[in-house]
Amino acid sequence: MIRLNNIHKSYEMGSNSLHVLKGIDLHIEQGDFVSIMGSSGSGKSTLLNILGMLDNYDKGTYHLSGNLIANMSEKKSAKLRNEMVGFVFQSFNLISFKNAMENVALPLYYKGIPRKKRNQIAMEYLEKLGLKEWAHHMPNEMSGGQKQRVAIARALISNPKIILADEPTGALDSATSYEVMDILKDVNDSGITVIIVTHEHDIAAMTSQIIRLNDGRIHEIIRNGELKKFQKNYIHGLETA
Amino acid sequence: MFDLDLWSEIVSALKKNRLRSFMTAFGVFWGIFMLIIMSGAGKALENGVLDGVRAFATNSAFFWTERTSVPYEGFQRGRRWSYENADIQYIRENVKEVEYLSPRLFGNFQGGTNTVRGERTGTFNMYGDYPDYFKIDRWTPVKGRLINEIDILQERKVCNIGERVVEVMFGKEEDPIGQYLKISGVYYQVVGVIHAETRINIGGGKKEETIIIPFSTMQTAYNMGKVVHFFSVTSQKGTKVSDLEEKLKKILKERHKVAPEDLQAIGSFNIEKEFVKFSALFLGIQVLTWIVGIGTLLAGVIGVSNIMLVIIKERTQEIGIQRAIGATPATVIKHIVAESVFLTVMAGYIGLSLGVGLLELLNQILIKASESGSEIFFRSPEVNLTMALSALGVLVISGIIAGLIPAKRAVSIKPIDAIRDEG
Repeated sequence: MIRLNNIHKSYEMGSNSLHVLKGIDLHIEQGDFVSIMGSSGSGKSTLLNILGMLDNYDKGTYHLSGNLIANMSEKKSAKLRNEMVGFVFQSFNLISFKNAMENVALPLYYKGIPRKKRNQIAMEYLEKLGLKEWAHHMPNEMSGGQKQRVAIARALISNPKIILADEPTGALDSATSYEVMDILKDVNDSGITVIIVTHEHDIAAMTSQIIRLNDGRIHEIIRNGELKKFQKNYIHGLETA
Repeated sequence: MFDLDLWSEIVSALKKNRLRSFMTAFGVFWGIFMLIIMSGAGKALENGVLDGVRAFATNSAFFWTERTSVPYEGFQRGRRWSYENADIQYIRENVKEVEYLSPRLFGNFQGGTNTVRGERTGTFNMYGDYPDYFKIDRWTPVKGRLINEIDILQERKVCNIGERVVEVMFGKEEDPIGQYLKISGVYYQVVGVIHAETRINIGGGKKEETIIIPFSTMQTAYNMGKVVHFFSVTSQKGTKVSDLEEKLKKILKERHKVAPEDLQAIGSFNIEKEFVKFSALFLGIQVLTWIVGIGTLLAGVIGVSNIMLVIIKERTQEIGIQRAIGATPATVIKHIVAESVFLTVMAGYIGLSLGVGLLELLNQILIKASESGSEIFFRSPEVNLTMALSALGVLVISGIIAGLIPAKRAVSIKPIDAIRDEG
């Protein structure tokens, strides 16, 4: 599904070059539920951007569903994003002047689906996420959890293969965070690959695979069976702190 | 290709960003509105002044006499003299450049009340004219007919009267045609009510208060001998009236023993010269209108660009989101440009309509005012449509550019940076 091979990425900061990713090798299979962790500056967001085709890389190869993602035109990558990837952001990033239903329907607009049809589909997704009554509310009338659910509905509406979530719970309290994670879990259960970036261990612990980045390299990958141990270590870490 | 979905997206985006839309639109609206008002006012001034003279033959010149200022051939300076019938006859026969020639006599010499009909009396300007005069300073008959050659030949006691004369000397129901007026002691039959097409009035007074009788009748009836007070000429096509004016002056000086270097003895006036002055004036006004118009346009353009620059930030994030969920850069640019074009065209159209509407309102007021008799040198404000539309074109193009710059910027940065661009 996702196959990264020796990915390098550096940013030009004036005259300095900041080497963010220093050779990432990663396989993610269809249906995985993955979290990417790491301290700030470890390159986790950059990695997510590359996965989501929002950013390009300098060296290495990235195959998505067998296609090599490299040097694509904006047009082509936008189309591929629209078909393959759904995004969920920390700050929700709903369009403020569109109501919930219109926000959810937006990706279909870019696919050229007529208004009536896409609004109808959007309603179905909102209903799935328990937001039917909120369909005609503007984003600023909704709580953070509701907004994130709208954002998830928007990410799902184009039937993506992958959901990429950048700190999806970063702006939410813990109860709402768990709700959102439950939704993402359901999404994953339906066969969609979910990749989230987070710095919260308890959130990461709900995924089936944790990729820990450190200084632009993969530090460790913790798989499902080892999660219990990870949780224990984490609690232990908290106690000693 | 009309894309209903695109337009409904645009309209809803504009509707939901009311302040932004309004501010952008207002800049354009104001630019167009001011331009319309400015150019309309300039045109109105031009119309106002030119209306009064337009019907006047532009190739006409007028002559009268003054006291001499140079002693000549035994005559002292300060001599009074006047033209005579023989002069008119001579010019008619010998000066081929003359198209129309019309001598004139001024009546109402004593001043005061000169016109009587039963119990009604009035004071009016009285002239003795040839029919050719109506071709130089145009008059049209409202009722009846103009004075003609036969009236001149037979020295008929007939008169043409202005509209004000009718009001004063006749009741509302009465038909003045065929009635008699006693003017300076002599009875004349009214043969026509006449209306002046110009507002230049030789001899002063209001043109509605004019009585015109045949030239020959006036000379005979009031014992004026062969004297001619005044005459008007127009030049043949291809001859400049200024040249004709000089030629006639020379002839007249020779015939009346006036010193060739005497600049005062012959009073004259030629419309051509005045028209040149007017033309220069209106060229000036037009240039001014353009300068101010372009200035206002520029202000409008700057206004639009300013607003657009202000909204870049807000837009940047919005565009980032749209791109993350599958909008291509082309779609994004198409949207923003369509938005600004829609906005500028709408605003421009409203500015255009309101400006034209206001001018039309002004026009109605001016028409009322001029009907009530006031002299207004400001009439029929009108707008050069080509100018207005090209101004609108400039605004629309600037709207596109103003929309394109932030759109290009937003598209050039990575979607993720745009999304992260908080607040």
